[in-house]
Amino acid sequence: MKLTKLLSGSAIGLAMIMSTTSANAAGDLTVVSWGGAYTKSQVEAYHKPFIEKTGVNIKSEDYNGGIAEIKAQVEAGNVTWDIVDVELSDAIRACDEGLLETIDHSTLPAGANGKPATEDFLPGTLYDCAVANIVWSTIFAYDKSKTPNGPKTMADFFDAAKFPGKRGLRKGAKVNLEFALMADGVAAKDVYDVLATPEGVDRAFAKLDTIKGDVVWWEAGAQPPQMLADGEVSYTTAYNGRIFNAVAGEGKPFEIVWDGQVWDLDLWVIPKGAKNKDTALDFLKFSTSTEQLAAQASYISYGPARASSSPLVGKFHNADIDMGPQMPTNPANLTNAVQNNFEFWADNADQLNERFNAWLAQ
Amino acid sequence: MGKKMSDTAVNNMGTQAQKLAAENNPLITADGIPLKQKLAKTTRKMKMRALLLTMPLVLFIIVSFVIPIGQMLHRGFYNPAVSNVMPNFSIAIKDWDETTGEMPSDEILKVFVEDLALARKNREVGKTVGNMATRINYELPGSRSLFTKTARRADKITEGPYLDELIAIDKKWDNHNLWRTVKRASNDYTISFFLAALDLKYDENGEISRADPLYQIYVPILMKTLMLSALITFLCFLIAYPVSYLLSTLPLRTSNLLMILVLLPFWTSLLVRTSAWIAMLQTEGIINDIMVYLGIIGDDGRIQMIYNQTGTVISMVHILLPFMILPLYSVMKTIPPSYMRAAKSMGATNSYAFRKVYFPQTIPGIAAGTLLVFILAIGYYITPALVGGSDGIFISNLIADHIRKTLNWSLGSALAAILLVVVLIFYWMYNRLVGVDKLKFG
Amino acid sequence: MQGAEKNNMAVNKSATDTSYVRFENVQKSYDGEVLVVKDLNLDIQKGEFVTMLGPSGSGKSTCLMMLAGFEPATHGEIFLDDRPINTVPPHKRGIGMVFQNYALFPHMTVAENLAFPLEVRGMSRSDQEDRVKKILDLVELPQMAGRRPAQLSGGQQQRVAVARALVFEPDLVLMDEPLGALDKQLREQMQYEIKHIHENLGVTVVYVTHDQTEALTMSDRVAVFEDGVIQQLSSPESLYESPQNSFVAQFIGENNKLNGVVEKVSKGICQVRTDDGTLLHAEKVNVEGVGDKTTLSLRPERIELDPPKGTKNVVKGRVEELIYLGDHIRVRMNVAGNSEFIVKVRNRADKRPLKEGQDAKIGWLAEDCKALDYVGQL
Repeated sequence: MKLTKLLSGSAIGLAMIMSTTSANAAGDLTVVSWGGAYTKSQVEAYHKPFIEKTGVNIKSEDYNGGIAEIKAQVEAGNVTWDIVDVELSDAIRACDEGLLETIDHSTLPAGANGKPATEDFLPGTLYDCAVANIVWSTIFAYDKSKTPNGPKTMADFFDAAKFPGKRGLRKGAKVNLEFALMADGVAAKDVYDVLATPEGVDRAFAKLDTIKGDVVWWEAGAQPPQMLADGEVSYTTAYNGRIFNAVAGEGKPFEIVWDGQVWDLDLWVIPKGAKNKDTALDFLKFSTSTEQLAAQASYISYGPARASSSPLVGKFHNADIDMGPQMPTNPANLTNAVQNNFEFWADNADQLNERFNAWLAQ
Repeated sequence: MGKKMSDTAVNNMGTQAQKLAAENNPLITADGIPLKQKLAKTTRKMKMRALLLTMPLVLFIIVSFVIPIGQMLHRGFYNPAVSNVMPNFSIAIKDWDETTGEMPSDEILKVFVEDLALARKNREVGKTVGNMATRINYELPGSRSLFTKTARRADKITEGPYLDELIAIDKKWDNHNLWRTVKRASNDYTISFFLAALDLKYDENGEISRADPLYQIYVPILMKTLMLSALITFLCFLIAYPVSYLLSTLPLRTSNLLMILVLLPFWTSLLVRTSAWIAMLQTEGIINDIMVYLGIIGDDGRIQMIYNQTGTVISMVHILLPFMILPLYSVMKTIPPSYMRAAKSMGATNSYAFRKVYFPQTIPGIAAGTLLVFILAIGYYITPALVGGSDGIFISNLIADHIRKTLNWSLGSALAAILLVVVLIFYWMYNRLVGVDKLKFG
Repeated sequence: MQGAEKNNMAVNKSATDTSYVRFENVQKSYDGEVLVVKDLNLDIQKGEFVTMLGPSGSGKSTCLMMLAGFEPATHGEIFLDDRPINTVPPHKRGIGMVFQNYALFPHMTVAENLAFPLEVRGMSRSDQEDRVKKILDLVELPQMAGRRPAQLSGGQQQRVAVARALVFEPDLVLMDEPLGALDKQLREQMQYEIKHIHENLGVTVVYVTHDQTEALTMSDRVAVFEDGVIQQLSSPESLYESPQNSFVAQFIGENNKLNGVVEKVSKGICQVRTDDGTLLHAEKVNVEGVGDKTTLSLRPERIELDPPKGTKNVVKGRVEELIYLGDHIRVRMNVAGNSEFIVKVRNRADKRPLKEGQDAKIGWLAEDCKALDYVGQL
């Protein structure tokens, strides 16, 4: 038994090479998130009040998404992460593979208006093993000081003749294929139906082909605002919060275009066998309460997952900017928008990424 | 060993007659023990000590190298996801003959439903429906949700006909190829991942066929990896040869100083060096700035030199250069200047003497350098990942993707095994052409 | 030093238009601070075997490299067959050369090594083969054509190296300590072989060595180098018999030294008073005149034990040590204040045996004793 553990450990070690896991001091709660402005917003809105309230020390770690580290830790039986902020498709897959603790939704606190949690949370934000905290979105943006009459629609973004210049896109099939179809005239509600057919996939790649030569590919969320600021690209897709913070925090002249946005959820999950499981659950309940979700929204432009939080969303924490219109969930921003279909991607990510890589390498 | 040693001892003693005598009538020591035995006894202690001294290294190599490599090779063939999740079904399905065109029998499907419901209930780490669904989804894209969805309702199915019940949940179950794939995947040992790594697959008739050209990625990237590695090796050679020559002819004090300059990047972190190249080569980077300043290119004509093949080649040539210079230098240093002088005294011009006398003697160094650089380049990971962009990535980057992102470790292992085989093939070809015994690293 | 300059002048005087190799006022410095070769003048006749002999660092190898064209002369001119060759690159000089470690090309067979200079000259394949075969016969290695240098013994490699320097029939062959790597017996054998090859082919050879036996055995003339200057250039015999200065006397063969002051000179013989007061007679070679300090040079085998009446120099000495060497006995004596005075006594039955600690009477002719430049305290 010990030997097999050792053996599987050495393979898992491969996956761990890049992870920044370190031993957890007993009692400290290890909260893992995406880093940068996003983690900062969580520290301000969740961690600090939680530490004040409970006296539990929180250790904040950054990671780059994916479930490789969670899988490695759970399978090796040495779980050092207590609670992790993940994307929806990863939450579903990890849950399917038994890597996560299940969460009883009835124990979640009721909303500030007294509504039980199961009704207060937006539809599709509660899962067996995961509770959503925010709604975020992939949008595209440009520097309006350099392009005063910038692109207005997703079709414009894909129109290299009308808007010449380099474009930043995330390296991967997800979101890009949705963008391409919408740019090609597919209605937001039909995107996944079209994409489910081989012709739809061909159509998406054909649209991507039209700008392939102008694309600079990015991988980390911090890259797009940097590339825009450096002039490396003229337009880029990005996470809306990153662009907003560059505008509100650093005064960059960036403009977000909401047309064709693909929105998604970030959720808290607790890896199976987490050392501080109970504290992690307490933290989860605390951070997804109405007030905390609303507080986070004043640090970053991601929408709270509870309906009861929306009325409490005010201004940016250190500038006179109304946060409401900056949210992906703001009705004006949702006129032509798609929710990322986790099931579609769970089924097709492997195959479409293979095709995407083959297409890239051509 | 002991036998061999005493044989030589006898040989050394001389004549054939003595040897014959030794065979018929073994030599005996003063205390009456046959010489061979005695010799074996006296050398045993020495051998034991030698064994003990090497033991830590042997153990270290086994634990840190042999076992992981073996495991990797094994994982490329072995994936028990389906039999782990559905132990009874994976045995039962063996009875189904997929060649008849019939769907699996109701008993088999009963076991399927029961196993599915049980796995869903247990949610044991590594043995969940999700694990199995992921495994089958590799071979039949789009089927993942079919399994997870069905598993959620499996405990509601209590009686047959089971196929109809399954089809009631999702009509995708009415698909002969699906069941064929399930049966194939319920074997713990499979070549599916090696097929995938070679851009092959099982088609709808269960035959091995080429993947759709639009989805072929691994063979083209492997080819590109080999081509770029060859180019990098050649460029390293072009740059390193004159530098090594200079170093080998300079007085020791000067050449040591210059050698430090060669080795300095060697001692710098790979990440730092690669990042430095990003700063140098990016479109808003130093080289482009200089060219714009000098008026060689316009501000809008900045050249893309990074996040593509060019970037990968430039930074990898830089990083791997010392591996070419060191063996070349060490070989060139052993070639006394008198060879060139001798050639010239016999009437050879500089270039003739170089071609016929100097260059042939540096071949062992060239061989060592090119083999080293080429094999290192084939397996390179960090630099192409950072500066390769879309078209400058190597096969290792795809392997890393499968290990770290998609978590398809079996495919990653199969790719790694193929990479290993390619390296061994090159090593073998190399041995045939140049001779490994000619290698000279210094 | 004075003597050395005189010698250089003598060389100049003997220079004629028939000389084949000529060094004219050649100087060489590597670092611009020290002269390795100081104002060298040397004439070598066609067909001559000239050896440059000297301790390491004396400038002899540098001279050879300048002649071969691998080192440029800092000043002066070198002539080959009356043609100045300072600007001629080495591969156009047509000089054969044997290197210290042979410099046989390790990646070629013996035959390929030998054919190399022929190949360079564009000779046809069959001519090459003829020549290679002939030269291999000359050095008595006809079976070795297909071997690689590493498969040959040291002596065989040496012969191949010589053969390669000769195969393209150069008029001048340079040899840079070619026998240095061989053991004693092989070295002696090779000395004769090289000498015979020289005699048979009639090529001009310039040979560099630090081994005086080699130099004396093979050469027509020997140039003794020291401190960048030729101390003496003459035949082996006169080098030994008539050394022109103390360095040469000391460097070539065994030598006893006695210091003294010249008291009188007549008919080429000076009377010298040694430091302990003994009066000796010696041939005047390298002293100016009365009052000069001088070092006397005397070969051990020219000293007679119990000299016959009328011997010019007779002194008493104390026997310090006897070394039995078979054909002769080496006697170390304390003579005229020099306790390192060596006498070689022939091993003869009719002579009474010497004993350590006894006094003995020894003597030598004035002509066998040379009054040379003073070298200082012994």
